[in-house]
Amino acid sequence: MTEKLKLIDHVEAINWNRIQDDKDVEVWNRLVNNFWLPEKVPLSNDVQSWATLTPDEQQLTMRVFTGLTLLDTIQGTVGAVSLIPDALTPHEEAVYTNIAFMESVHAKSYSSIFSTLCSTREIDDAFRWSVENQNLQKKAKIIMEYYRGDDPLKRKVASTLLESFLFYSGFYLPMYWSSHAKLTNTADLIRLIIRDEAVHGYYIGYKFQRGLERVSEAKREELKDYTFSLLYELYENEVLYTQDLYDSVGLTEDVKKFLHYNANKALMNLGYEALFPKSTTDVNPAILSALSPNADENHDFFSGSGSSYVIGKAVVTEDEDWDF
Amino acid sequence: MSNLVYFSSVSGNTRRFVGKLGVAADRIPLYPRDEPLQMVEPYVLIVPTYGGGPSKAAVPKQVIRFLNDVGNRALIRGVIGAGNTNFGEAYCLAGDIISRKCAVPHMYRFEVFGTPDDVEIVHNGLEQFWMQQ
Repeated sequence: MTEKLKLIDHVEAINWNRIQDDKDVEVWNRLVNNFWLPEKVPLSNDVQSWATLTPDEQQLTMRVFTGLTLLDTIQGTVGAVSLIPDALTPHEEAVYTNIAFMESVHAKSYSSIFSTLCSTREIDDAFRWSVENQNLQKKAKIIMEYYRGDDPLKRKVASTLLESFLFYSGFYLPMYWSSHAKLTNTADLIRLIIRDEAVHGYYIGYKFQRGLERVSEAKREELKDYTFSLLYELYENEVLYTQDLYDSVGLTEDVKKFLHYNANKALMNLGYEALFPKSTTDVNPAILSALSPNADENHDFFSGSGSSYVIGKAVVTEDEDWDF
Repeated sequence: MSNLVYFSSVSGNTRRFVGKLGVAADRIPLYPRDEPLQMVEPYVLIVPTYGGGPSKAAVPKQVIRFLNDVGNRALIRGVIGAGNTNFGEAYCLAGDIISRKCAVPHMYRFEVFGTPDDVEIVHNGLEQFWMQQ
């Protein structure tokens, strides 16, 4: 590799007592509070459940997880690190180092799942598949090209689409198993990853929008066009990747809805309006419910079925700041 | 004065949703040095939850300060939550907490800055709601 290593030009001692952007501190605190390690999740409780999956279902699950491992490896080793030289504040640089480390934790956590549930030979086969699957490799290649490119805002777009869109063809499966009361501890671990990626996508998308404020109208238009064409390119490939994985179990159409739903949120993280219409984003309620226990409840007080609404359920919330 | 109050951090997602509603609204100030917001008419509150973490920290401090004011608290009629289902149990948690503490309905939930469908439902829903009051 002949590329010159890109490093930040100038570093000053970081002063956390003088903050330019409150979002840096807020997100740093969120990430630190959300910190977790795979060793804390009782994955071995899934051993019996794993044995109830057919060999095909086991193979599918392992392939999905090696695909996710690849994305987390890219994001930890290249993606989040590539954003550091473009940071607008020293605290933003620090947040990226946190993101990079957490991506490496995510990548490692799939290996924890594998070593708990699978044989060495099966693990090796699944990693070999991840190297040989063209659509997975293409996805990695597209993103890597933009990380190597020289446009800081395009890197943020690629990074946000990875964090908020590209993971979801994979995240679907553990949510599906969870909704069938299978691999529920594994699903708990994946939900921790999903929560982290959601904060990452939100933050990088926010920084992209701050960056847009500093460029010309013409450049803003160019970046918008670029974002949508990159999304289309990734989406087309993602559909093929989804077919490779899910055709054999008949879930491809269901997964595609989940892709549309998350593509919309990735765009919104970047400040753009949702692209896919409601008719294509009606995700299976069981999947939504596996994702968030609050997501499938009827909270539409306005729809006329308001009689079914409930006052928010009790949660442990006592905060000394409340007066009542 | 309006019948809609919202909190939005510097990322501005909730502000953007409110902007799309196209109705008068008051923003809860971000900084302690800002003049506190005092409501004089009944209102619905829109509040985001971002990022998971301990449920204790789900309601922004600024919103707690606003609701600690007895006058403001007496006028709240409902709450609308914003967030992201990818935050899991924390999805729209601030809305749940306020709904419980103030005994008002958690009327609706939307993600990030809402889809056009969300905007239409909330716009029409609030119009209907205030006519029935």
